[in-house]
Amino acid sequence: MSAGGGLGGEATHGPNNRRSTVNRLSADNVTLAYDQRVIAEQLSVEIPDHSFTVIVGPNACGKSTLLRALSRMLKPAEGRVLLDGKAIQSMPPKKVARTLGLLPQSSIAPDGITVADLVGRGRYPHQGILRQWSAEDERVVRESMEQTGVAELADRYVDELSGGQRQRVWIAMALAQQTPLLLLDEPTTYLDIQHQIDVLDLCAELHEEQGRTLVAVLHDLNHAARYATHLIALRDGRVVAEGAPGDVVTAELVEEVFGLRCQVIDDPETGTPLVVPAARKARVKAAVTGAP
Amino acid sequence: MSTAPKQAPRAGTDAPARRRRASRALRTPGGLSVRLDVRALTVVVVLLAAALGAGVLLIGTGEFPISTGDVVRTLLGDGNPGQELVVIDMRLPRVLVALLVGASLGLGGALFQALSRNPLGSPDILGLSQGATAGALVVIVLVSGDARQVTLGALAGGLATGLAIYLLAWKRGVHGYRLVLVGIGMSAIMTAVNGYLLTKADMVDAARAVVWMTGSLSGRDWAQVWPLLALCAVLVPLVLGNGRALRMMEMGDDVSYALGVRVERVRLLLMLAAVLLTAAATAAAGPVSFVALTAPQLARRLTRSPGPNLLPSLCMGATLLVTADWTSQRVFGADQLPVGVVTGVLGGVYLLWLLVTERRAGRI
Repeated sequence: MSAGGGLGGEATHGPNNRRSTVNRLSADNVTLAYDQRVIAEQLSVEIPDHSFTVIVGPNACGKSTLLRALSRMLKPAEGRVLLDGKAIQSMPPKKVARTLGLLPQSSIAPDGITVADLVGRGRYPHQGILRQWSAEDERVVRESMEQTGVAELADRYVDELSGGQRQRVWIAMALAQQTPLLLLDEPTTYLDIQHQIDVLDLCAELHEEQGRTLVAVLHDLNHAARYATHLIALRDGRVVAEGAPGDVVTAELVEEVFGLRCQVIDDPETGTPLVVPAARKARVKAAVTGAP
Repeated sequence: MSTAPKQAPRAGTDAPARRRRASRALRTPGGLSVRLDVRALTVVVVLLAAALGAGVLLIGTGEFPISTGDVVRTLLGDGNPGQELVVIDMRLPRVLVALLVGASLGLGGALFQALSRNPLGSPDILGLSQGATAGALVVIVLVSGDARQVTLGALAGGLATGLAIYLLAWKRGVHGYRLVLVGIGMSAIMTAVNGYLLTKADMVDAARAVVWMTGSLSGRDWAQVWPLLALCAVLVPLVLGNGRALRMMEMGDDVSYALGVRVERVRLLLMLAAVLLTAAATAAAGPVSFVALTAPQLARRLTRSPGPNLLPSLCMGATLLVTADWTSQRVFGADQLPVGVVTGVLGGVYLLWLLVTERRAGRI
């Protein structure tokens, strides 16, 4: 995929052209805190519609916290997260769950559950006591499993799958939720490199072919630069830079955000920015000469 | 992504699909649909039949044995006055209490195990039974109260313990292990309190306390049936109505939030229901051990279905308790052996078996 055409948000329609009223999901001056520990203050973020937005930053910069706030897991101490112009905390939970899906970092596959059953649980927000399992539910579950390539595993137990397969199953469950917005919290953690790429390719496919808005927190800056159409770089709870990776990822920015000296070259495969950390000698030398 | 090479399944797992579809859907043209797990439904029906059958046998058992046919005839309102006295006034309440207590313990246990995501998260282990016992002992030993006061004391003790566990274990949503550990601590404290109360008691009170503590169904009458029945009539539909949300909560708080479950509200509601069910059951029959622990586990093994298995656990609890009571009466004679001894022995053996098999499976 090309990361150059990163302004998917521009394609949205609507009478008003100002982004803040057009984009479906945004954080408006939020202060995020766990108990007394403040992670971010007065943070404002827009998620461009139909973008594949990736949030990057060093450990403890608040990227997962921001994602939790965007998905209403964490109630902002101040400010609001807006979904379709309304404060997300005040909306009925099932209604939110039909618009915005989340693949969290920690999830538990119940003992003895099959792939098809687990994916089927993604239909919960569409169901009720009198509408427990419609033909529509069945179709969506089948399609979700086909899209994620787990259809052949439908009758297998989730706990006998490999890590990469299991992550696909969880993504299939989130897809079955049929939400135009999908948030993923470090979907590639604990996976081998080939499965990391596999999962990211799947995300890109969901974004490009189905026009879903994806928001992911990723650790690997090079993955982010390759797959994102919109990048948000955080440091200490502040947005340091945002925009298309081609515009945003520069040696200066990487040094500013991560404190790492590096070169940024063109990815030979995709032409997107590729971060190459400076050799140890060069970094040691810089540290010696740079610090008086 | 369709072009990626399919990864090979892990060794030993590439057996063909060996699981039938878990459930079937019934749909009406109007858009209504109901999901039926055929196997679970069968288990429920069989268990209910077994519980009622054992109940009929239990009514026929005692110092004046009555044949099964006569019992059924009398229950249907067609018996002679003598049989009616024995069956309706003396033995039926006991069986109903057994059914209701077993059902409450089975359902309460299933709720606790699902909420704590831990098979050990049963009211016996969490100290609720011990708390209810402490409440009962306070009444027996310190004020020498009558049976009704003992029941109220046990109810109060159970509820207070449940509240204490809730307050101690809750920190921005409870974690399974945290609940179990706090519960084990609570159980130890309550056991100590009970021991202290027993040493303070005189011989008569102590004997009465020990009988109560074993869990017994003898001498139960209609006064115990009605409050339990009323409580179950309210709580069982309430709990079952939240069963789908509870099923989602098995997957962790984050996933269930993301699916639109009001996690904290459902958890508080179900926790309260589980505490009430357990406390009321304990108040009616004493701390009958191991039913709450084993009934959900056995039910799950029969249905082979993931999820909290609420209704099967309820039926399993009722079946277990009535069968245990019938066994004790049959083998040891009428009212010789409190039912709690039988469930304790059966449950203990089951727990050991569970530990051994789980160990073999490498899970402990």
